[in-house]
Amino acid sequence: MITKDEVEHVGWLARIEIDDADAEDYAVKLSSVLDYFGQLDEVDTEGVEPTYHVADIMNVFREDVVTPSLDQKDVLKNTAAEKDGYIKAPRII
Amino acid sequence: MAEWLSISDVKRKISESSAEEVTASYLETIGKSRINGYTCTYDGALEMAKMADKGEGEGLLAGVPIAIKDNISTKGLATTCSSKILEGYVPPYDAHVIERLKAEGAVILGKTNMDEFAMGTSTESSCYGITMNPWDLERVPGGSSGGSAAVVAAGEAPISLGSDTGGSVRCPAAFCGVVGLKPTYGAVSRYGLISYANSLEQIGPMATSVEDIATVMDVIGGYDPRDSTSINREIGYRDALVDDVKGLKIGVPDEYFGEGVDSGVEKSVWDAISKYEEMGATWEKVSMPNTKYALAAYYTIAMSEASSNLARFDGTRYGPRNDGENWHVMASRTRAEYFGKEVQRRILLGTYALSAGYQDKYYLKALKVRTLVKQDFEKALSNVDVLMGPTMPMPAFKIGEKIEDPLSQYLADVNTVPMNLAGVPCISVPCGSSDGLPVGLQIIGNHFDEATIIRSAYAFEQNTDHNKARPGEVA
Repeated sequence: MITKDEVEHVGWLARIEIDDADAEDYAVKLSSVLDYFGQLDEVDTEGVEPTYHVADIMNVFREDVVTPSLDQKDVLKNTAAEKDGYIKAPRII
Repeated sequence: MAEWLSISDVKRKISESSAEEVTASYLETIGKSRINGYTCTYDGALEMAKMADKGEGEGLLAGVPIAIKDNISTKGLATTCSSKILEGYVPPYDAHVIERLKAEGAVILGKTNMDEFAMGTSTESSCYGITMNPWDLERVPGGSSGGSAAVVAAGEAPISLGSDTGGSVRCPAAFCGVVGLKPTYGAVSRYGLISYANSLEQIGPMATSVEDIATVMDVIGGYDPRDSTSINREIGYRDALVDDVKGLKIGVPDEYFGEGVDSGVEKSVWDAISKYEEMGATWEKVSMPNTKYALAAYYTIAMSEASSNLARFDGTRYGPRNDGENWHVMASRTRAEYFGKEVQRRILLGTYALSAGYQDKYYLKALKVRTLVKQDFEKALSNVDVLMGPTMPMPAFKIGEKIEDPLSQYLADVNTVPMNLAGVPCISVPCGSSDGLPVGLQIIGNHFDEATIIRSAYAFEQNTDHNKARPGEVA
């Protein structure tokens, strides 16, 4: 069973603020899903390679050629806070 | 209008009147709709239709209206993944598939409703409200491309695009009685598709006939260097429209008829397999022993990828933003307020599965099980040409029936997720009914062997009447 504290910790890692009431609800619902995931333990995967990608392609390269980028004005239309052609964000560090 | 028109019906109507009139007629029908299948219609639709009229019918889809799922970027038209966190977002570019559709003269009618960020099996988690199933307005249309299937079934678009991460094209196609194809992973560029689980999802078409599916695939399929997972392989989809399955070898996995499969669904699918026998195919039972673990592996991988892909939605570059003394607080508050509960649940589960101490237990283990599921397909499809089974274990369920119990909704995806884990192509075609609701037959093929599943589906459609069944008047 995942605890309320664990839910809050995962919420911090995922950058989703979780209040007390929601944390209890999440603890119950997430636990039932994680229990279900636990059935994977039954499978013998000794010596089995993981499949990260179904198509067997690796190292997809392209020429390093400069191509036109999106119009700056169009891109900035979508932000809630724009200043002097930049996106204004709160302090990070 | 609210009638089912194929692409060739639409073209005939255009030749009798104009693309502009046909588009106007669809927009009028959408305006009277009771199913809430669209999130918005496109202001420029009539202009696109006029352009098609001026072009004198050039292009495979000249003047043909199409509805687009709300997670496929369309320049100048809101694309929100039916989420409040992307409210007001208007992409400054077109997805690859939209460029292709425009190049062939298609007319974009609007964006279709979906489960928020394509996470769901019922289209109940959209910020725009629930889409209703045209066959019974008290039932879900399936998900997550529920809007795309419902508008085709209701005669509000002749064709549409959806995306399929764990069955999101095939499930609503089955529930709404239309045809839906999930192509081989890499066959259609995902450039411009707002990603939820990038190693699993593919854009796929929905239509009232297999022929129309093949036509749309001829337009949207093919290589795109902007998507590093796109594969350069020519497939002639329309060339596969052959009414002949003599000698076709069908594999029927026992595991697809497991506990919980509705008796009406089971009967319809077996009747379909008998029909194939009548048409000259043979069938045999095959074993897919790792099917029972596919669902857990799928959700572990999908949620892990979701936790990473959805990290970009923090209120900084697009969408609404909450206040906070620093970025961490701002982002945490924004994501808590504007992501819906199911999206939050999946991000939290994915973050947990990837966090220190649990990565090997959940994520790595799921990737290894994925290998075993993929090997099941390789083994089975080395002896037979296609696999067949029910698309969904039940017909469309009632609105509200599963929404409070996430696990019960996840379990409904048991027959569709293995194909996304393996990346193989599959199609759902109408094959009968259960309690008056449509049932879908799922046909699965080898990687890049869309030709065989299209031929199988086409021949079935040509020799049965299932695709002629229509919902009542809903518009």
